[in-house]
Amino acid sequence: MADKSFDLVVIGSGPGGYVAAIRAAQLGMKTAIIERDKLGGVCLNWGCIPTKALLRTSEVYTTMKHAEEFGLKAEKISFDIDAIVKRSRGVAGRMEKGIGFLMKKNKVETIMGEARLKGGNGATPSVVVKTDKGEEKITAKHVIIATGARARTIPAAGLEPDGKFIWASKEAMVPDMMPKSMLVIGSGAIGIEFASFYNAMGAEVTVVEMVDRILPAEDKEISDFALKAFKKQGMNIITSASVEKLDKGKDSVKATIKGKDGKTQEIEVERVVLAIGITGNTENLGLEEIGVKVERGHIVVNEWLETGVKGVYAIGDVVGAPWLAHKASHEGVICVEKIAGKKDVHPLDVDMIPGCTYCQPQIASIGLTEAEAKEKGYKVKVGRFPFQGNGKAVALGEPEGLVKTVFDEKTGELLGAHMIGAEVTELIQGFGIAKTLEATEEDLFHTIFPHPTLSEMMHESVLDAYGKVIHT
Amino acid sequence: MPVPILMPALSPTMEEGTLAKWLVKEGDTVSSGDVIAEIETDKATMEVEAVDEGTIGKILIAEGSEGVKVNETIAILLEEGESVDDIDEAAMKNGAASGGGDKTDTKQADKKEDGSKPEPLKEEASAATPSTAPAKPSQDSGPSQDSGKDAPKPNGRIHASPLAKRMARNEGIELTALKGTGPHGRIVKRDIEQAMKDGTGKAGAAAAASKSSGAPYQPPAAGIDERLYPADSYEAIKNDGMRKTIAKRLSQSFNGEVPHFPLNIDIDLDTLLEARERINAMSPPKGEEGFYKVSVNDFVIKASAMALKKVPAANATYTDDAILRHKHADVGVAVAIDGGLITPIIWKAETKGLLQISAEVRDLAGRARQKKLKPEEYMGGTFAVSNLGMFGIKSFSSIVSQPHGAIMSVGAAEERAVVRKGQIIIANQMTVTLTCDHRVVDGAVGAEYLSVFKKMIEEPTSMLL
Repeated sequence: MADKSFDLVVIGSGPGGYVAAIRAAQLGMKTAIIERDKLGGVCLNWGCIPTKALLRTSEVYTTMKHAEEFGLKAEKISFDIDAIVKRSRGVAGRMEKGIGFLMKKNKVETIMGEARLKGGNGATPSVVVKTDKGEEKITAKHVIIATGARARTIPAAGLEPDGKFIWASKEAMVPDMMPKSMLVIGSGAIGIEFASFYNAMGAEVTVVEMVDRILPAEDKEISDFALKAFKKQGMNIITSASVEKLDKGKDSVKATIKGKDGKTQEIEVERVVLAIGITGNTENLGLEEIGVKVERGHIVVNEWLETGVKGVYAIGDVVGAPWLAHKASHEGVICVEKIAGKKDVHPLDVDMIPGCTYCQPQIASIGLTEAEAKEKGYKVKVGRFPFQGNGKAVALGEPEGLVKTVFDEKTGELLGAHMIGAEVTELIQGFGIAKTLEATEEDLFHTIFPHPTLSEMMHESVLDAYGKVIHT
Repeated sequence: MPVPILMPALSPTMEEGTLAKWLVKEGDTVSSGDVIAEIETDKATMEVEAVDEGTIGKILIAEGSEGVKVNETIAILLEEGESVDDIDEAAMKNGAASGGGDKTDTKQADKKEDGSKPEPLKEEASAATPSTAPAKPSQDSGPSQDSGKDAPKPNGRIHASPLAKRMARNEGIELTALKGTGPHGRIVKRDIEQAMKDGTGKAGAAAAASKSSGAPYQPPAAGIDERLYPADSYEAIKNDGMRKTIAKRLSQSFNGEVPHFPLNIDIDLDTLLEARERINAMSPPKGEEGFYKVSVNDFVIKASAMALKKVPAANATYTDDAILRHKHADVGVAVAIDGGLITPIIWKAETKGLLQISAEVRDLAGRARQKKLKPEEYMGGTFAVSNLGMFGIKSFSSIVSQPHGAIMSVGAAEERAVVRKGQIIIANQMTVTLTCDHRVVDGAVGAEYLSVFKKMIEEPTSMLL
């Protein structure tokens, strides 16, 4: 096969890689994208999208179980786990085709295979792609590594998928049966989403978290609120504890959980879900050979996503936290625009990245938590508004939730917003826009929020921070 | 009831000033007559005294704030037994609402709401505390003022995010001095943070320094075409009140209102120099009481005043309705000071002897250099004298400083070859230029005045007549 040359080669077609490729094509670069598995990466095939399909199922299921509250009758409610999984896979499959279409439309050449960087010595390294037809050597002026990440495992402690009892996210997404009991190790966004799904579908779920609260990245008030909500739903949550040992039996696993206080307890579950973190896909890329630095499982880059090796960049999960698709996409755009010499390109500001967890109730946040703000020395003004004060929330039958806002008293800057409750993942962007446009509390006061909507609570929370709340 | 302390008018024409320095802090007890703050007007730094006794409850205008309007509340004085909680919102608001240093968008909203919210006031008060906001230019006060003040650019408003505006106000940063890096050149938070790091656009810094010419700040300055002057090719010195006043008043005079014309005359100095020597020889030795040293300039001031009395038409001010012929010759003496110039006045100079004139000039010039003149010492006057002879300037033509009718520019005293009765002789001479406001001092009047002045200088004893 003839050698090919491009302006830009992107390795990995997840939300970081394919967005970078499209943006590059828009800017007139001759672009290729290399994917070893499926277009769209984990996000689309084994992450964001299929889990949202599953969680939609559990949400509808929960609503059906509460049909009477809405004056409806639904009897003998049940489900078919295979059909649920099939729907989820169908959604992912459909989106994957969409990416293929987008690549064609933007004239991005898609190469299916495994890439490895080679040579360089002062010039941009070339890319060798192992396809099913053999090896293909590609040269490019620029190479973006967007290979993503995968669930962290600790084989030494037995914390790795075993094909039956122990699942990582990928296995948990395509269950062959609905376990009666489940242990979720780790209470970050991924762990909590699976816990929420399986709990809603009827499994007896226990979540073990090492630190003293679940969803440790969220504002403490939100964590506490979530804890109460999950416990009310029957979830068993153990914080400040870790799983010491997993003993596999014939049909179940016995887990030994050791608390920080030294006490141990044993629980027996049918399945275990590992959600103990993320590690970058940095292997077999020839990184060491070309001199790209990898630290703690992630590629080291500067603010412009440059690895330090000429022409080699890295974006998304492979460069580290926060492991979010939208962060990867944004980095892809920044990286490409910087390469293209566009003006008005600015490094990513972590405080501008919203985070969403699609459990029930949903959780969404952006910017600094109250504690982080105080730690940074801000004098803060904090506003809160509960869902039960909002007409739309009550009408939806979702009176459980909270919108919290944190302002810098000195400048009126919206430092952070933290929400829990129905549809907050759809609401958080409003605060994102406010932050990007650098609105102060004044601008938010003067923004007219439509009635009746959940978004009114965002307004009220801001008003509350300044003692002007109307509906409490 | 808590008493608002208002920005004083230090002169009849003062509209605004810079609150250069607070000499008290919140919680301090003051009694009537205590100096509580220093106010910088366009030409001088003045002390503000407390008129009542009490405790300083709140300082509303941070030191370094420029453009504080006269009668704006700058602080709140608590009477005996009152606490900060007694501070009436209305009183606070009154202060801020009159165009204050510290007015924010918050304030505007509060007005709409009938001001029932204490929080923004608290916020504002704390923001006004010198410790948190060392330099807050008050001209960036209300939003409406913002757009006016921030928009010296011909194309109108400055594009800045709400947060950037708020931060700029808090930090005393002039938005016009910044270059936005946001979309379409919008000034955003990071630009302000950069400016804070670099000290760019620090308006208050110049004012607070009050030394004179102001602190240098980072280019690019507003309104400068970078193609002409790249940002790193100059050092921008922020305009202080005096510089702005000089620019405003002199361009108004020269380009706007006063039809200028100059008249030149050469004057023999031999007799005067001899007289001066004799007079100075009569002085007690240096160091002893009563020592004096009269300068040529003192003679010039004296003679200019005497001549004004002789030719009253030259001692006049033009107004649209009438010509004001002044009864006294109040002669302003231009004094160059760091960062500009100022013209303290020898009042009724025609009535004063050389020694008194000499002493007054020395005193006034000294205090002018320290910016310690009181407004009544430099505001007004009927005529002015500017002397650049010490720099060797032969002749020059000053710009009339309204409301004066004319100004005299004095060149260097020097030996010149002069033709007299067909002979070339050596004579000490100087050239004097009278720049006249033609609306009030016509050519013949100016000429007559100069000839009388010349006679007095050439024969000083004639001043005794």
